[in-house]
Amino acid sequence: MLFKIALKNLLGARLRTFLNVLVTAFSFFLILFMSAMYDGMLQHAKQVTMDTEIAGGAYWHPEYDPLDPMKFEDAHSALPAEIQSLVDQKKAFPVLVSQASIYPGGRIMPAIMKGIPPDQNIVNMPTGALAGHDDISIPVLIGKGMASDTKLKVGDVFTIRWLDADRTYDADEGTVVHIMDTENFKLDMGHIWIPLKKAQTMLAMEQEATYVTYEKGLPTVQDKGGWIPRDINYLVQDMEAIIEADKPGAIIMYMIILALAAMGIFNAQVLSIFRRGREIGTLMAIGMTRQRVVGLFTLEGGLNAVLAAVATLIFFGPILWYFGANGIPLPIDYSEMGMIMAKRLMPIYTIGLIVSTTVLVSVVVLIVSYIPSRRISRMQPTDALRGKVVA
Amino acid sequence: MTNDSVVTIQNLVKQFPVGGDFFTALKDLSLTINKGEFTGLIGPSGSGKTTLLNIIGGLDSPTKGKVSVLGQALNDTSHGERARLRRKYMGFIFQSYNLLPVYTVFENVELPLILNKMDTDERRSMVEQAVESVGLTDKMDSRPNMLSGGECQRTAIARAIVHQPALVLADEPTANLDAENSHHIMKILVRLNQELSTSFIFATHDEKIMAYLRRIIHLDDGEITEDEIIDNPKARD
Repeated sequence: MLFKIALKNLLGARLRTFLNVLVTAFSFFLILFMSAMYDGMLQHAKQVTMDTEIAGGAYWHPEYDPLDPMKFEDAHSALPAEIQSLVDQKKAFPVLVSQASIYPGGRIMPAIMKGIPPDQNIVNMPTGALAGHDDISIPVLIGKGMASDTKLKVGDVFTIRWLDADRTYDADEGTVVHIMDTENFKLDMGHIWIPLKKAQTMLAMEQEATYVTYEKGLPTVQDKGGWIPRDINYLVQDMEAIIEADKPGAIIMYMIILALAAMGIFNAQVLSIFRRGREIGTLMAIGMTRQRVVGLFTLEGGLNAVLAAVATLIFFGPILWYFGANGIPLPIDYSEMGMIMAKRLMPIYTIGLIVSTTVLVSVVVLIVSYIPSRRISRMQPTDALRGKVVA
Repeated sequence: MTNDSVVTIQNLVKQFPVGGDFFTALKDLSLTINKGEFTGLIGPSGSGKTTLLNIIGGLDSPTKGKVSVLGQALNDTSHGERARLRRKYMGFIFQSYNLLPVYTVFENVELPLILNKMDTDERRSMVEQAVESVGLTDKMDSRPNMLSGGECQRTAIARAIVHQPALVLADEPTANLDAENSHHIMKILVRLNQELSTSFIFATHDEKIMAYLRRIIHLDDGEITEDEIIDNPKARD
């Protein structure tokens, strides 16, 4: 019965209901859209990291710590037999890591020099560009961000200095053969990529590597020879830490939007109760109990949320669908800022997101509808009939 | 209280707090109203008519004294029980109609029946009957803002009598109406009083209404100054 009356009241109020519902629907849309964008951004970052860097996982030399460049010079050896077998079957590829200094345009810059097989096709990197440059002393592949920092272009020559296995400094000319446009800043910023064989020769570390990346779906080898297996979960943990660190910001944003929606409904309810004092009195006079009037007004507020969900689908559904299908182009390249971000952000709408947002908005709307409605229970019918409302 | 009495009031006092003091609106008032009476509470503004009507309707509580309506002592009842009494056995007519603006005539009249949980078919037939009795069948789907003052008050009357209450309380029902509409409304109420044996209590100082009343209770400064029985009301001739 209350539901029928509440629905009738809402639909009958036409413009007032339309505006309330529109504001709630807009907040609904914003929460959904921003959360979906955030999820999409994180998902994309994870996917890009896996596609371009991690693949199925890696085996690390026991001394390798990517966060401690000082230990790179000790983090190399020949591959254990089983891992070497994977490499031979082209199911994995080795990478040799060392510190280097580069001198682009006469400036000195520290860099991480990585030797990678040009013919690998396990990660999505244009390493093929390093092949077939017999006339060049050291063919170098760099990312766009690095090119921008060093002001290097394809064909530019610069000096590279490194410390070899005999603890001897050596130097030679590197030539930029390709500038890759990657979304993964970890492959770009501060990195120079050269052919593996060349790196092994330069560093006097023939047949040696620092880590081996293997393709997706491979089981861990039995005899790892002391090398440490690092699965996807381990390798994306820094990414997940970034995601986790970002969560409070996302939650705050979520709360702000939700609070805006709640305030809109709260104001509408307060105004409604003040404006409809005489109506409340009339309902009491014809026999509605105070509790039922409170229930009626709360239900009206709650129905706002339901109508808002429908309105979101009708008014904002096409917009959500459009961005879901086409993404949103970003005006600047965030990879230079040390962020893995797509050039085009694709929001991801999961069932969980839609259901949790709907439930959360509905509960909040119900609460903010109930709070102002409670004052009806303190109202005298005679005061209400005169349009006098308890403050 | 006799079997025929719908309202019995004994030594009723009603006080309202004003500043740090109390204003006494009704002073030791006693009266009985019987079934089927067409009674008016007459008096100047501030005489206590509306306060008395509100107490009879259970919308307000007495400060002292006993009030029994339709056999139920209001002093001992909760808000919920008084709401039930109004819902089942009372109808209200207000000076400013108090129609719900977003409802049509049909929906406004239907509301008391919805509160009484009647089924849809029964509701429809009772609403149609009530609306027909006030001559608004052609306005069934109109909203209050599309109606004249007289039509609004007729809708309010239909709402008050749709569930065939034992008692209808009307507070200045013709105050906002012109003479022609006032007479029209009063004739409808007289007819309903005769047909349904419903008791009517009016709070008014409108002389047009007085001409239809069978009993006039004069109030002044919260006291009954005169209680007259009119055998042949002028306007009924």
